Amino acid sequence: MYSYSEFDAAFVAERNRQFRAQVERRIAGNLTEDEFKPLRLMNGLYLQLHAYMLRVAIPYGTLNSRQMRQLAHIAETWDKGYGHFTTRQNIQFNWPELRDVPEILDALAEVEMHAIQTSGNTIRNVTADHFAGAAEDEIADPRPVAELLRQWSTDHPEFQFLPRKFKIAVTGSPNDRAVIKAHDIGIQIVERDGEIGYRVLVGGGLGRTPMIGKVLSDFVSQEDLLPYIEATVSVWNLLGRRDNKYKSRIKITVHEHGIDDIRARVQERFEIIRPAFSGIDVALFEDIKTAFAPPVFRQDGTEVFETTYKTDPIFRSWADTNLVAHKAPGYSIVQISLKAHGATPGDATADQMRVMADLAEFNGHDELRISHEQNVILPHVHKSHLPTLHAILKKHGLATANIGLISDIIACPGMDYCALATARSIPIAQQIATRFDELKLEHDIGELKIKISGCINACGHHHVGHIGILGLDRAGVENYQITLGGDHTETAAIGDRTGPGFSADEIIPAVERIVETYLDQRQDRDETFLQFYRRVGMAPFKTALYEQDKAYAAE
Amino acid sequence: MPREFTPKVVTANALLEGDVVYQTADDRWSRHLSEAELISDEALAKLRLAQAEGQPELVVGPYLADAKPSDNGPQPTHFREEFRRTGPSNYDHGKQAEVN
Ligand code: HEM
Ligand code: SF4
Repeated sequence: MYSYSEFDAAFVAERNRQFRAQVERRIAGNLTEDEFKPLRLMNGLYLQLHAYMLRVAIPYGTLNSRQMRQLAHIAETWDKGYGHFTTRQNIQFNWPELRDVPEILDALAEVEMHAIQTSGNTIRNVTADHFAGAAEDEIADPRPVAELLRQWSTDHPEFQFLPRKFKIAVTGSPNDRAVIKAHDIGIQIVERDGEIGYRVLVGGGLGRTPMIGKVLSDFVSQEDLLPYIEATVSVWNLLGRRDNKYKSRIKITVHEHGIDDIRARVQERFEIIRPAFSGIDVALFEDIKTAFAPPVFRQDGTEVFETTYKTDPIFRSWADTNLVAHKAPGYSIVQISLKAHGATPGDATADQMRVMADLAEFNGHDELRISHEQNVILPHVHKSHLPTLHAILKKHGLATANIGLISDIIACPGMDYCALATARSIPIAQQIATRFDELKLEHDIGELKIKISGCINACGHHHVGHIGILGLDRAGVENYQITLGGDHTETAAIGDRTGPGFSADEIIPAVERIVETYLDQRQDRDETFLQFYRRVGMAPFKTALYEQDKAYAAE
Repeated sequence: MPREFTPKVVTANALLEGDVVYQTADDRWSRHLSEAELISDEALAKLRLAQAEGQPELVVGPYLADAKPSDNGPQPTHFREEFRRTGPSNYDHGKQAEVN
């Protein structure tokens, strides 16, 4: 894992010292809120509905047990004993007090973490496939690239006041688990004639105007990557609309100019700046790669696993849903669900964080990951440890066997916390999960992703949910609009709206009608919800959602 | 035609904790909407808001929120203010924790 250099540590310490002084001046009345707000946002501190919120970056979603324990310590000492993991591989603390935030930042710095560039019009936390370094289908670990981009973008003088926030995601596999097509820049590691390079996508994004990213270049070599990305951001920095917040993202720039024009401009800019990259970045990249060298995998037997799998149905059910094939023989990737039925998606208590940290330390080569789906991953677990690990997870409410199923819902904080929200998301997620658990249909339904946002900003990725739910305010009442057929993977698609929205009372039955339609009409159990939607389209769902009611009303 | 003025309370977040607070008739900041001053006069509402804006050492982001009278003081008319009054729906945190 990457370790801070002396420079990194000194930089973060200096930032924290400055912020401590700024907080003191604000409390003493020597800074107005207008002066203070940009300073606090530069340090990840928002003011939400009921309290401040501190957003902490977890670069490419990777952390070790010491860092996870420190997050637990922060949750317990300065918050209400839990933290919220987000779709951008961050953690948010929902209840810090202003006076305590400098302490929290210092506690983070102790474990090489910070909240810099988790807000503002900068390059945000670079995200990556949560199975990085472990996935069977991986061409190369995406994290060294993500780390290189992080170092390049942090405090980059040209990129502190971009037209809008900027998000980059990296995947090392052809199967996209990093949602690269819904990012400002998506990078996919590819291989061409034995050489590793990068496919670069641009102009994806969700929010008010959802768009799927377009291919900017099919192949950029390792040496050219940083100048190529710099050229891209720089072209947008110049062209991007600063007159209208809703048209400022690079997706709009690409849309307005066309991808060919943008490609030509990037190429032109690239040729100008390329000579300024002396090769230090390439040397640095090699060092970073060494820091991400894979752990030494053990060669143990897996009999315990096989026996338990055969004899314990609860273990088997968990193993079938929550484990993923690992590239090393005898190993598994363990997905820990933070979606116990009825719980708040993405929340973990301080105790749960410690349990996960312990498991990573003792049985997982000390690595943890946060997925954009708001779950925690132990990327390298030897199969012989799985029965014990499962028993421990179970004891702490962390063994819900529902990864990828209908209750594994992404939900943004919505109006329970977020000052921008137009309706709540969390209670809707809780009710859906509870309802389908009662119906005992979850495993029969199979893979189905529900994603919920509390406003058009789409932090809950509703546009790319198989079933997307968007909370709105219709004349002072919570209303929920449904989209179908969204997909966040390599076959990415923006979902289609079904029609008028549903009230808070109607939305759970509406989701049930959608699911029943699928269950009634699918070809067989192997046809997933998304495949079914792609085959039959919107019509049967529209009937189920709207026509049936009309028919009853007409009787 | 100008819209008819509907009753308002002055609300904000407390500087130190971020808690939702309401301006009272005797110029305190209360955590309880029931103690807020319900203002029916538009000119007075503007004045009271300006006074709140003059207290940046106590509160952040004061604004006027719609409310209606009840036996137990002002009540929210919109769900957003209802959630601000109580706290999040997923945990017994925020103000509802103090009340319970
Ligand atoms: C609670 C404080 C939050 C605030 C104030 C906030 C604000 C915003 C805003 C204004 C946008 C729209 C950006 C644009 O399209 O230009 C946005 C988008 C987004 N936010 Fe949040 N958000 C918050 C929480 C979260 C959380 C908790 C998550 C993860 C669960 C998240 C993840 C995202 C993502 C993934 C987008 C994607 C839209 C895109 O840029 O393509 N945000 N957020
Ligand atoms: S989607 Fe809207 S409500 Fe949800 S977290 Fe983002 S800004 Fe807040």
